[in-house]
Amino acid sequence: MKILVCISHVPDTTSKINFVENDTQFDQQGVQYVINPNDEFGLTRAMWFKEKQGASIDVINVGLAQTESTLRKCLAIGADSAVRIDAEPLDGIFVAKQIAAYVQENPYDLIIAGRESIDYNGGMVPGMIAGILGLNFVTNCTHLTIDNNKATAEREIDGGKETLSCPLPLVIGGQKGLVEESDLRIPNMRGIMQARKKPLSVLPAFEAAPDTKINTFYKPAEKEAVKLVDAENIDELIDLLHNEANVL
Amino acid sequence: MSILVYIESSEGAIKKTGHEGTSYAKALAEKMNCKVTALTINVSDTDSLKECGADAVLQVTNADLKHFEASVYSNIIAQAAKEVSASVVVISSSADSKYMAPLLAIELNAGYASNVTDLPSSLSPFTVKRTVFTNKAFCDTTLQTDVKLLGLSNNSFGVHKNVGEAITTSFEPVLKPSSVQVDSVEKVVGKATIADADVVVSGGRGLKGPENWGLIEELADVLGAATACSKPVSDLGWRPHSEHVGQTGKPVATNLYIAIGISGAIQHLAGINASKVKVVINNDPEAPFFKAADYGIVGDAFEVIPKLIEKLKAFKAQSA
Repeated sequence: MKILVCISHVPDTTSKINFVENDTQFDQQGVQYVINPNDEFGLTRAMWFKEKQGASIDVINVGLAQTESTLRKCLAIGADSAVRIDAEPLDGIFVAKQIAAYVQENPYDLIIAGRESIDYNGGMVPGMIAGILGLNFVTNCTHLTIDNNKATAEREIDGGKETLSCPLPLVIGGQKGLVEESDLRIPNMRGIMQARKKPLSVLPAFEAAPDTKINTFYKPAEKEAVKLVDAENIDELIDLLHNEANVL
Repeated sequence: MSILVYIESSEGAIKKTGHEGTSYAKALAEKMNCKVTALTINVSDTDSLKECGADAVLQVTNADLKHFEASVYSNIIAQAAKEVSASVVVISSSADSKYMAPLLAIELNAGYASNVTDLPSSLSPFTVKRTVFTNKAFCDTTLQTDVKLLGLSNNSFGVHKNVGEAITTSFEPVLKPSSVQVDSVEKVVGKATIADADVVVSGGRGLKGPENWGLIEELADVLGAATACSKPVSDLGWRPHSEHVGQTGKPVATNLYIAIGISGAIQHLAGINASKVKVVINNDPEAPFFKAADYGIVGDAFEVIPKLIEKLKAFKAQSA
């Protein structure tokens, strides 16, 4: 089985969010970049397939040279080879078109992406890849098994979960549940050394245009300080929620 | 030119997101000077859409559409959008809508903005406000395509009373075959879910063990609330993963979020930030949640909650 894992290179969750260039760019200064958490759950599930059922794993990112450290980390975790499409990731459709064009030339049985990236939260790329290529698609995927050519996937829905099945090839939007947090792997020295020798190819961007453009960023207004209510005076809390906040 | 809004339903009843989406579409239609068409699937009573401002309803009734399947539903919405020459299509931010949105965007060649929180600030260029960095910031995004797909953030616009004509016509789309099959659905019935409840009561490790969740459930019952939990609680197996809210769990955008025994890690706050009013009950006055909350009580959950339940029952009885 050939697996492609799509990797977003995102600011670590604890990063300070600031903007520069008249609030048109994210301030990268001092920001630590990581594998998008939803993608990392997918990559780790891909490793499970590789080790238990036999599979090859390629990782792909659409980005500039700075994302290569994140791709190398994926190789150190255990992916076999990496591809970077050399382009600024302009928006969701732009990234999806790049990956779809690559997949058209290099078919895969299973394409795993995260349900969304934690920076732009678009939730677009996996579904758009599936839409462009006419492939089966399951997102918010919390469990995935593959038996012969048939995939069985669990999807988290509002208020529960559902089980879906379909033939490969399949695109999934993964999340926690595909594997648990405790299953995530920290690359060891051997993996890091091997990763240096694994292929990381850089491809020119395919011809594509974005559909959207971000004009400005801004942060929510500063919040007022919390109003503390004495534990002996619950009536006051109910009064505030009823009369001040209007939520009771 | 018109606006199409897709109306979500459950067991034939229109969901709150359907009324909110219609209200949003109506306000947008007034800016654009055009009509709003609502699309329903297996809903018999569409009167309430008129009260939110729908000018027309396309009603799909088909027993083969009993289960939601993203590629089939997105294809039906695309057919309806073409039928009414929609230039804007409005959907919600539910799990199902977010599932089908990218497929729909491809079918319609539409630019798609998810997590939209407000009406466009400008129609030409068409610019909307959406959340980014997991609710830590907003951005203004311009959609450059002829057809625009907007995923409205749940509970961001609210339900508004309007006057619409709501002429209902039956719509019979061609059903696209799908090779994705829904084998089974496990869903909580008769209980508010995190996605559509007005109030969410959430418990953390401060509750000390799963045996104490009765307190959370009793408080939720009094408030008609959904129950949720923090990540450690789901990792420890005290509660199912479907109740975990936060960055790697479910997002919450409710009117009132009550956090009990949750310290407020940044990943948790990211997931619940979009909620309007946040109340925290924690015995540690240094818990980071107090910085993010609107109201707080420093105290022992096991003493505070029973009192809160009792007082709320009295309040509800009095206001009933």
